[in-house]
Amino acid sequence: MEILRVHFILQRLIQLIPVVFGISIVSFLIIHLIPGDPASIMLGSRATPENVQQLTAQMGLDKPLYDQYLIFLQNLVQGDLGKSILLKQSVNTLISERLGTTFFLVMYASVLSLLVSIPIALWSAMKKDSLLDNGFRTLSIFGLAMPSFWIGILLMLLFSIKIKLFPVSGYGKNFIGHLYYLFLPALTITCSLAPVLVRPLRSKIINVFSSEYIEAARARGLKEHQIILNHVLRNAISGTVTILGVNIGWLLGGSIVIETIFSVPGLGQLLINSILSRDYPIIQGLVLVFAILVIVVNLLTDLCYAWLDPRVDLE
Amino acid sequence: MQPILEVDSLKVVLQTKQRTIHAVNNVTFHVRTGETVGLVGESGSGKSITCRSILQLLPTPQGKVVGGGIRFAGKDLLSYSKKQMQELRGREIGMVLQDPMSSLDPVYRVGEQLVETLRTHTKISKKDAWQKAVELLRLVGIPSPEKRVHDYPHQMSGGMRQRVMIALAICCDPKLLLADEPTTALDVTVQDQVLSLMKEIQQRLGMAILIVTHNLGVVAEMCDRVVVLYAGKVMETAATSDLFQTPRHAYTLGLIHSVPRIESEEKLEGIPGTLPDMSHAIKCCPFRERCSFATSECSFDEHTQLKEVAPGHWSACFHHERVCTQA
Ligand SMILES: Nc1ncnc2c1ncn2[C@@H]1O[C@H](COP(=O)(O)OP(=O)(O)OP(=O)(O)O)[C@@H](O)[C@H]1O
Ligand code: SF4
Ligand SMILES: [Mg+2]
Repeated sequence: MEILRVHFILQRLIQLIPVVFGISIVSFLIIHLIPGDPASIMLGSRATPENVQQLTAQMGLDKPLYDQYLIFLQNLVQGDLGKSILLKQSVNTLISERLGTTFFLVMYASVLSLLVSIPIALWSAMKKDSLLDNGFRTLSIFGLAMPSFWIGILLMLLFSIKIKLFPVSGYGKNFIGHLYYLFLPALTITCSLAPVLVRPLRSKIINVFSSEYIEAARARGLKEHQIILNHVLRNAISGTVTILGVNIGWLLGGSIVIETIFSVPGLGQLLINSILSRDYPIIQGLVLVFAILVIVVNLLTDLCYAWLDPRVDLE
Repeated sequence: MQPILEVDSLKVVLQTKQRTIHAVNNVTFHVRTGETVGLVGESGSGKSITCRSILQLLPTPQGKVVGGGIRFAGKDLLSYSKKQMQELRGREIGMVLQDPMSSLDPVYRVGEQLVETLRTHTKISKKDAWQKAVELLRLVGIPSPEKRVHDYPHQMSGGMRQRVMIALAICCDPKLLLADEPTTALDVTVQDQVLSLMKEIQQRLGMAILIVTHNLGVVAEMCDRVVVLYAGKVMETAATSDLFQTPRHAYTLGLIHSVPRIESEEKLEGIPGTLPDMSHAIKCCPFRERCSFATSECSFDEHTQLKEVAPGHWSACFHHERVCTQA
């Protein structure tokens, strides 16, 4: 089993190579797809011809395209994403400084979403078609329909400006601080993510409840809470993990908006600022990092699914 | 000997949105300690519902016991609280379900499920429980149990899974085992193995068995006594040999005739017709419309009550004597 798992991971990592290669081309081309001279666009209207020339030389923009790509790729293989034009810092540092923050936010939001979704789904399933079930259904539709930036602003107005329970912005200094500062951003993401998780989980729970092994578990004399926690939820949850994994790209996208609203110093904020200041090396680096993140999370999701459901054959 | 299980005039209804089904209608029977009783009848006759109502595992929210009593070891089970019932299940009364392929939780190792059951009912350390799990698998005849205890259900064959189900049902030495068609889903060769396993364990533990089946072959092999059920009513109950040799109910006679005989070329008769509508409580012989013996008396409740027509032989058939001479 372990050998199988290692084999599976290796296989998936090998499959990653062409994908990463493709992404590198896309991210490389970002600079060249904008009409006009990249260097002068990056520097903006106040740049002198000398500045432009200097940047062109520095970035090797005067070389033929395939040469440029090879250099880009070479740097990439060495783990070098280049240098920011405006911030005069290496893109590697800029991204790695903020990666943790975004990762924390995404994880926080996922866990919070699960913590919210599981009881709601369970409750709705056990009281199927009741007032409560329908109430939650309406609430989900509402959460899905409202744009997350609007929900974010609303939560901010309510919890940090009206009742001053949570900070308006920032990240905090330690783990507890992160939990406190990122609560509203994570809650905002939860408002849109939980509805996506609740409905399928609810129907899966209903399904599992009527399955024969739950009846057999009752016949064995297990306590009702044992049955619900160890058997019903345990069997129903694996699908939710997959849905979370599938939504990871969307989650990252969502976190960009949320980070901007709550001024969280994460990748999203970096991306928005770089786009506004046309700092292309950072944008390129972020495109790559985001893409790889999505792929890695999907791999983790598959592993998690296989771990949760022993019947899944990793071949 | 004192009966371990007494079911007395049990009435169960199933209330669906569209209609009410009187699935069990005045069923009375008992099972003595160490005895094997068969509950037979065609599909839909209320065998499973009877069986489940003993453990109060009726389909929710439809199923409800609306009358009669169930006594186990002298105690009235219908007055038990939810908690008392939960403690009784798996400990005093074990149950084996029909389909071993779907009766084990797919995400836990069979050992984990045994340990879970053992530790729910007895104070036993994890380590000892695992030891006991291996012993139980050995008892139900699973080869190299030390290894198989770590298997997931999907890594086992249907026959092995049913053995595991039996191990789960008997792990706390119950006084009564309910087996709802324990072999129907299995291959013929495996069926025999599972049945003899049940007999063997019964002798070892001295428990009583109530086995639900529609297979008279299983009855002949396993049971001391038989309860024949039809449309939620008891038609006949007698010692197995008695019942096969001198059936005293037209429905039983029909059942026996519908069993294919391997040695004869005779074609399978079957009983023509289907179960009557059970959306109201039937107050006559429910078999009337399909019965070749039927006369006008059969439409009266008082003529078709279960009565002792020979020592230890109960029948609800008005024409039991005629049937007896025909057999
Ligand atoms: N969950 C349920 N909801 C509604 N009606 C049910 C349900 N389960 C059983 N019934 C009905 O109750 C009656 C008795 O069913 P039961 O399952 O006891 O039959 P059975 O004798 O076990 O038949 P089989 O040999 O098919 O298992 C049938 O008419 C059936 O349609
Ligand atoms: S009571 Fe009448 S109808 Fe019913 S089985 Fe006997 S003979 Fe047939
Ligand atoms: Mg049945």
